[in-house]
Amino acid sequence: MATHANVSLPLPVLPEGWSGEKDFKAIGSISAATQRSIEPVGPHFLAHARRARHKRTFSEDDRIQAQENAKKVEDDDSGEISEPEDPSMLLRDAKDWKQQDHYAVLGLSKYRYKATEDQIKRAHRKKVLKHHPDKRAAAGGTEDDSFFKCIQKATEVLLDPIKRRQFDSVDERADVEPPSKKAAKDGKYYKLWSAVFKAEGRFSKVQPVPKFGDEKSTKEEVDAFYNFFYNFDSWRSFEYQDEDVPDDNENRDQKRHMERKNNNARKKKKTEDSARLRKLVDDAMAGDARIKQFRQEANASKNKKKLDKEQAERDAKEAKEKEKAKAEQDKKDAEEKAKVERESNKKNKEQAKAAVKKNRRVMKGSVKDANYFVEGEAPASAINAVLADVELIQGKIDADETAELADKLRDLKLAADIKKVWTAEAKRLVDGSKIKQSDVQALA
Amino acid sequence: MSAEEAPAQGATPGERVAIGISFGNSNSSIAVTSFDDKAEVIANEDGDRQIPTIISYVDGEEYSGQQAKQQLIRNYKNTVAYFRDYLGQDFKSIDPTHSHASAHPQEHDSTVAFTIQDKEEGEPSTVTVSEIATRHLRRLKQSASDYTGKQVNSAVITIPTNFSEKQKSALTKAATDAGLEVLQLIHEPVAALLAYDARPESKVADKNVVVADLGGTRSDVAVIASRGGIYTILATAHDYEYAGVHLDKVLQDHFAKDFIKWHGTDPREDQRSMAKLKLESEATKKALSIGTNANFSVESLAEGADYASTINRLRYETIARKVLDGFNRLIEGVVKKAGLDVLEIDEVILSGGTSHTPKIAKNFAAIFPESTTILAPSTTPTAINPSELQARGAALQASLIQEYESEDIDQSTHPAVTTVKHLTNAVGVLSITGDETKGIFTPILSAETAVPARRTIHINVPKEGGDVLVKIVEGGSHIKVTKEDPAKTNGNKEDDSDEDSDDEPEERREKIWKVGKVLAEASVKDTKKGGKVEVMINVAGDLAVTVAAREVGAKGGVRGTLSAP
Repeated sequence: MATHANVSLPLPVLPEGWSGEKDFKAIGSISAATQRSIEPVGPHFLAHARRARHKRTFSEDDRIQAQENAKKVEDDDSGEISEPEDPSMLLRDAKDWKQQDHYAVLGLSKYRYKATEDQIKRAHRKKVLKHHPDKRAAAGGTEDDSFFKCIQKATEVLLDPIKRRQFDSVDERADVEPPSKKAAKDGKYYKLWSAVFKAEGRFSKVQPVPKFGDEKSTKEEVDAFYNFFYNFDSWRSFEYQDEDVPDDNENRDQKRHMERKNNNARKKKKTEDSARLRKLVDDAMAGDARIKQFRQEANASKNKKKLDKEQAERDAKEAKEKEKAKAEQDKKDAEEKAKVERESNKKNKEQAKAAVKKNRRVMKGSVKDANYFVEGEAPASAINAVLADVELIQGKIDADETAELADKLRDLKLAADIKKVWTAEAKRLVDGSKIKQSDVQALA
Repeated sequence: MSAEEAPAQGATPGERVAIGISFGNSNSSIAVTSFDDKAEVIANEDGDRQIPTIISYVDGEEYSGQQAKQQLIRNYKNTVAYFRDYLGQDFKSIDPTHSHASAHPQEHDSTVAFTIQDKEEGEPSTVTVSEIATRHLRRLKQSASDYTGKQVNSAVITIPTNFSEKQKSALTKAATDAGLEVLQLIHEPVAALLAYDARPESKVADKNVVVADLGGTRSDVAVIASRGGIYTILATAHDYEYAGVHLDKVLQDHFAKDFIKWHGTDPREDQRSMAKLKLESEATKKALSIGTNANFSVESLAEGADYASTINRLRYETIARKVLDGFNRLIEGVVKKAGLDVLEIDEVILSGGTSHTPKIAKNFAAIFPESTTILAPSTTPTAINPSELQARGAALQASLIQEYESEDIDQSTHPAVTTVKHLTNAVGVLSITGDETKGIFTPILSAETAVPARRTIHINVPKEGGDVLVKIVEGGSHIKVTKEDPAKTNGNKEDDSDEDSDDEPEERREKIWKVGKVLAEASVKDTKKGGKVEVMINVAGDLAVTVAAREVGAKGGVRGTLSAP
C-alpha cells in the first residue's frame, strides 16, 4: 500500500542503556494465526492473487509492476546511438570542421538527414559523457580536447536548422550512387533506383516525395513520379562550400569580390545540380521497362482501331477476289465442258452417219447377195424395183432401225431368208403406215 | 438454443462483453461498466432497474419482469416467482412458502419443477427450475444486449454467502444455457462492499464492515473485514423471518382489517383479492420509504368493492415494529458472532430493496456508535441506491476480470490462493512511553488482516527530537464498560458525550487497546525536532515479520526480521 497513516502521539524517548545489534532487538514472534478465506473480489485481491501465484513479495511485485510500466520508455533510450568510432576520426582537428562528417562524429551516420533533433541531443550527450576532456584526463589520456571540439561543432551545426540544412545539402555521404547498367540488370533495377531517388528526395521542398515504385506500379504512379522529379523543387544550396570571406574590414573590394565569386559558384553548382538530377531522371527513365511497356500499351491501343479497319478492308478485298476467281473458274469449266460435249456429239453423228451408210451398204449388199430375189441373171427392171424398195425402206427408218435391220441381214446367205426379213420390214412399215402398200413393188 | 448463444463458453477475453447480474429471489438487476469504469445499473425495456424475478406465460407468450408480476393476479398458475432459491436444491430442502400465490413447485427427479402452460396449445408442460432460471437470465441478457448494442456473452453473478456448491453449479449451468459465460460467482455482501469501495472518493483502509442485505424474502447479514482492499468474511447470518414480504404482510393485514370493517369480507381469503392486496401493499411500502404519507387504493378488491385508504409513515413504523426489531436483533447477533463489538464496526452498508425503509437505517444508527457510518439513503445522502449495489459490484468485478483467460480466473480464485492466514491480534507500535503498562498502543496492522500484508505509518517524534524507541507489540482490543453515576457525571467535567444522555445510570462503553506480547524493539537515533518516524511492518505468508524504521526524509534506518512462529 502506498498510503500510510499518520499518528500524532509521539514515540517514546530511547531509555538509557538500551542497546541492540544494529539498533534492533527481536524479542518475540507473532501469535498464531487463523486460516480464513478471503473473498476473490476487487482490484486488491487481483494484486494479491498475482503475488501469490508468482510467489512475489510486496517490494518485488511493486518493482516488477513498475518495470512493466516503465519498460517502454527505457527501451527507447538505448541502442540507437552506438556506433563504433573510427580512430582516425578521433584525431581530427576542429579547425577543418567543414570537412568533418558531423553525423559520424556524433555516431549518427546511419540516420544522417533522418536523425531527429531529439536523437542529436541524446547522441551529443552520450559523446560528451565519453569524450569530455576531463574524462580523458581522468582516464590517463592527454588533455587533448580537439575531438571534443569536433563534437561541439557537429552539435552546433546539426542543432541549428539553417546550418544543418546547409550541411545536409552537401552531405554526399547520404547520396546513393546511381546503379550501373550492369548492376541494374536482373531484377534489381527498381530496388537500386528506389534508393537513389529516396536519397534525392530529401532535397525536395515538397514532401512527401512519390516513390519510385516497382514493376507493379500503375501508369499513374510512374507518371506522377517522373513528373515530380522533372519539376523538382530543391532546397539544396551550396553555401557550405563557400570559400571563406575575409571578415577583416581592411579590404572591402576583396570581400565583395569573394562574395560575388561565392555567389556565382553557388549558382553554378545549383545549375549543375539541377542538370545532374535531370540526367539522373533521364537515365532512370531510359532504362525503365515500365515506360516502354506503357508506351507500347498506349501505341497498341491507339493503333488497334486503325489495324482493325485495315484488317477488315483486307479481309473484304480478299473475299471479293476469291469470289471473282471462283466465278471465272466456273465459267472456264463450263466452256470446256460444252466444247467437249460438242465435239463428242459431232463424232457420234459422224459415227452414226457412217454406221447408217455401212448398214445401208449391208442392206443393198444383201439384196445383191440374194440376186435381187430372182433366179439367174437379174433383169434391170427387177433390180430397179428391188433397189427402189430398199431405198424406200431405208428412207423411212431411222438409224437405230437401220442398225437393227442391218444386223438381221448381215449373216444371212439364203435369198429366201433375206427376202423374209425385207418383207417383214416392209410389212412393219406398212402396218405402221409409214409407207403405202402400193409403193412397195418387189418386197411386198 | 439459437446460434448467437453458441460462443458462451469459447469467448476469448477480447470478445467478451461482460455484465454484472444481481440475481435475487424477488428482483434481479443488471449493470454494465462504462468506459471510465463506472458501473451503471441499466433498465430493461419496461424501464425497470429492479426487474422482478418472475416469468409468466399467457397463451404461450412469455412475459418477464413487471409485466409478469401483474399476471400474479389473473394468471398465477402459469406464473413462476421466487424460484432463485430452488436452484440446485432437491424438493425436500426447499421452502415453498413464497410460491403459494404463484405456480407451485413440484418434485421432479432430483430437482424442482413447475407445471405451467407455456405453450399456446396442448398439455401443460413440466419445466425444471433450471430451465426457468435460464429463461429469466436470457431475458436479462437480452435487455443488456439491447442497451449496450453488443451481444452480451459473459457475466459475473452475485450469490448469497450460503449457496452450496450444488446451487452454484446449477446457477452456472442455467447461465451457460442462457448463453452467458459465468466469469465468476461472487458473494452478494462483497459485491455491495466493492461497489462502495470502487467510488473514486473512497480510500483504501482497514475497516470492519457490516453488510446488511435486506431483500424481499430473506435477509442476509455479513461482517466483513476489509484490510487494504482485501475482504474476509468473518461471520454471516441468514434470516427468512424478517424480510421485505413480512413488511408487506403487515400492511396487508392492516388494510385487510380495515376492509373487513367496511365490507365484512376478508380479501385475504380470495386468491385474486389477495394478489391485488399484496401488489398494492408492496407499492405502498415503497411509497412510504420516500414520502411520509402513502395512498393505498385497489379497484374491486373483493366482491366488486373498491377500496382506498391512506397511511402515514409513523403508523406504518408502529405496526411494523415487530419486523423492524427483528432486523436489529439480526444485525446485533451477527456482530457478536464475528467476535466483535459494535464499537469495532466502522461501516454498515445497507443493501437490498428493503433497505430503503428509513426506519431500519435509523434503528441501525442507534445500535452502532456515532463513529460508525451507516450507508443507507436515509442516513447518508451520498449513499448508493441499495437496490443497485450488488449489480454494480458484480459489473465492476466483471470489468476487472473480463480480460483474463477463464483458466486464470479459476486459478486465482482457487482455495490455494484465497485461503491465507489472518492475524489474530493487531500489531502496532507503542507511543508516549516504552513501558508496556502505560504506553499507548497504536495499531499498524489490524487483527484479521490477511497475510502477506504490509503497512506503513508515520509517527511523530518527541518535540525535542533525539533518539527514540520503536517498540513493536501485539495488541488486543477490549471493551471497557464503566458504570457511571449521573450525578458524578454531571459534577465532573465529562468531555465525552456519548449517544444517550438519560438520567439513569448509564453504561459507558469504549474500545481500548491492551498491550500484549512484545515483538521487537528498535531505535532510531538523532531524529530532528518535529520530525517523523516511518515504521513499516511486513508480515510474510508464513508469519515472519520484517520491521523497518527510519526517520522520514533520512536515509538508512533500522531493519530487522522476526522468524515465523
